[in-house]
Amino acid sequence: MEYFQQQFITLFGAEWGAMLYAFASNMTFIFAIVIPLLLGVAYLTFAERKIIAYMQIRVGPNRVTFFGIPWLRGWGQPIADAVKAIMKEIVIPTGANKFLFVLAPVLAIMPALAAWAVIPFSPELVLADINAGLLYILAMTSMGIYGIIIAGWASNSKYAFLGAMRSAAQVVSYELAMGFALVCVLMMSQSLNLGDIVNGQQGGSFLNWYLIPLFPMFLVYLISGVAETNRAPFDVAEGESEIVAGFHVDYSGMAFTVFFLAEYSNMILVATLTSIMFLGGWLPPIDMAPFTMIPGFVWLLLKIAFILFLFLWFRATFPRYRYDQIMRLGWKVFIPITLIWIVLLGAIMQLPESIRNTFPLSIWF
Amino acid sequence: MDRIKKFFSTFLLFELLKGMAVTGRYLFKPKITVHFPEEKTPQSPRFRGLHALRRYPNGEERCIACKLCEAVCPAMAITIDSEQRADGTRRTTRYDIDLSKCIFCGFCEESCPVDSIVETRVLEYHGEKRGDLIYTKEMLLAIGDRYEEQIAKDREADARYR
Repeated sequence: MEYFQQQFITLFGAEWGAMLYAFASNMTFIFAIVIPLLLGVAYLTFAERKIIAYMQIRVGPNRVTFFGIPWLRGWGQPIADAVKAIMKEIVIPTGANKFLFVLAPVLAIMPALAAWAVIPFSPELVLADINAGLLYILAMTSMGIYGIIIAGWASNSKYAFLGAMRSAAQVVSYELAMGFALVCVLMMSQSLNLGDIVNGQQGGSFLNWYLIPLFPMFLVYLISGVAETNRAPFDVAEGESEIVAGFHVDYSGMAFTVFFLAEYSNMILVATLTSIMFLGGWLPPIDMAPFTMIPGFVWLLLKIAFILFLFLWFRATFPRYRYDQIMRLGWKVFIPITLIWIVLLGAIMQLPESIRNTFPLSIWF
Repeated sequence: MDRIKKFFSTFLLFELLKGMAVTGRYLFKPKITVHFPEEKTPQSPRFRGLHALRRYPNGEERCIACKLCEAVCPAMAITIDSEQRADGTRRTTRYDIDLSKCIFCGFCEESCPVDSIVETRVLEYHGEKRGDLIYTKEMLLAIGDRYEEQIAKDREADARYR
């Protein structure tokens, strides 16, 4: 690293060299995040099709392979899908607002990728170690909804518009419960920095993770996360049996694929945030020899994979919620629960030192 | 008491977990998918697939151009022209089946007095352009020649019920 910095400084002079070095290293890091992320999205679609198929006693995609290698059968499917999507025509409907129609997928995917800037992959591995990381995440995840609303409006179609409206109302109401759940996390960790939040869960074993003291918040966050990403059983925004495909009915080819990428990278993002806030991020479950030998990055990946598996499991299991029930769950169940838990948590934190240091509480407070 | 029970089972997501346990169990169940080109489902001897025109063992075609199949065909997929041959027998000069009209009801097979038009077990045929699915007399006879062994065996197996 320092060698490269020196090279830049000798090549371009002290001021320009340092600036260009910062630019180049940031760009490298960004690509190192985004490219594996997009590959992860591709293979998440494959995993989804495979896992849901297995839960329905089918086998899922098992034909496309690489170079005819038999044990890779099916693994070429996402690549084949991507090639197909790239080759297809992007149809812009006559009545559509052309500018917004093209802008919408960009608006959908931009925050989904931008939010990754503050995610700590290990104690050192973070692109932007900012102190308001959690706020930034909240801001970015709520930005994604603009893409959907604008897509629904620009398509100039009733179904797309209905889907966009549903999705907007749903995301806004679940944003609240999600935000309150995160308030609990930041009360526990006393920090908005995601790295500090993970460090706050350190202390020997998985008992220290916020999963245990904040278990109801974990559930609320996970379920709100499913609702936020418009995944089944909260996928009324798409609702293929009711409003065809919702906000992206009129999109085709690569424009549709970008929405798809945004949805799936949002899924991975929510899974990552859940593992960082509640499952101890890069921390091993028990701070002992066989577990600490595995690098923290791998632990984080394992936790993300587990949460993503839960997402797919939900989709294979639950039927779609009725729309008014979604609203009821968000406003009448989740928000009261989170509010009560915040008050409860605050009360526990205000207890005198001597009580807080007794056994079960001493682990967390 | 019941209300308390209901409250806890709702908030502990008991029913949702039960549902997930079902799908979780099914994840590990043996899969029942038949991998089509490699594996095939068993077929009945009465399977109604691609048509064929049969011949007698001496090589003479069976069809006597009675046109019963043409008359019975509900989709009007069969077209027959006939003429007297040099030896005085009545034979078809044209026997076309439009497979894009055919509904595979098997009436032609049933109506045939000489077991000439039959439906074979073949189901994997296709056409690449318009007109490819209109099968002519020569094509149907060729199919019959090709699958005669199977066709004869299937008729044999079903003979008791005819």
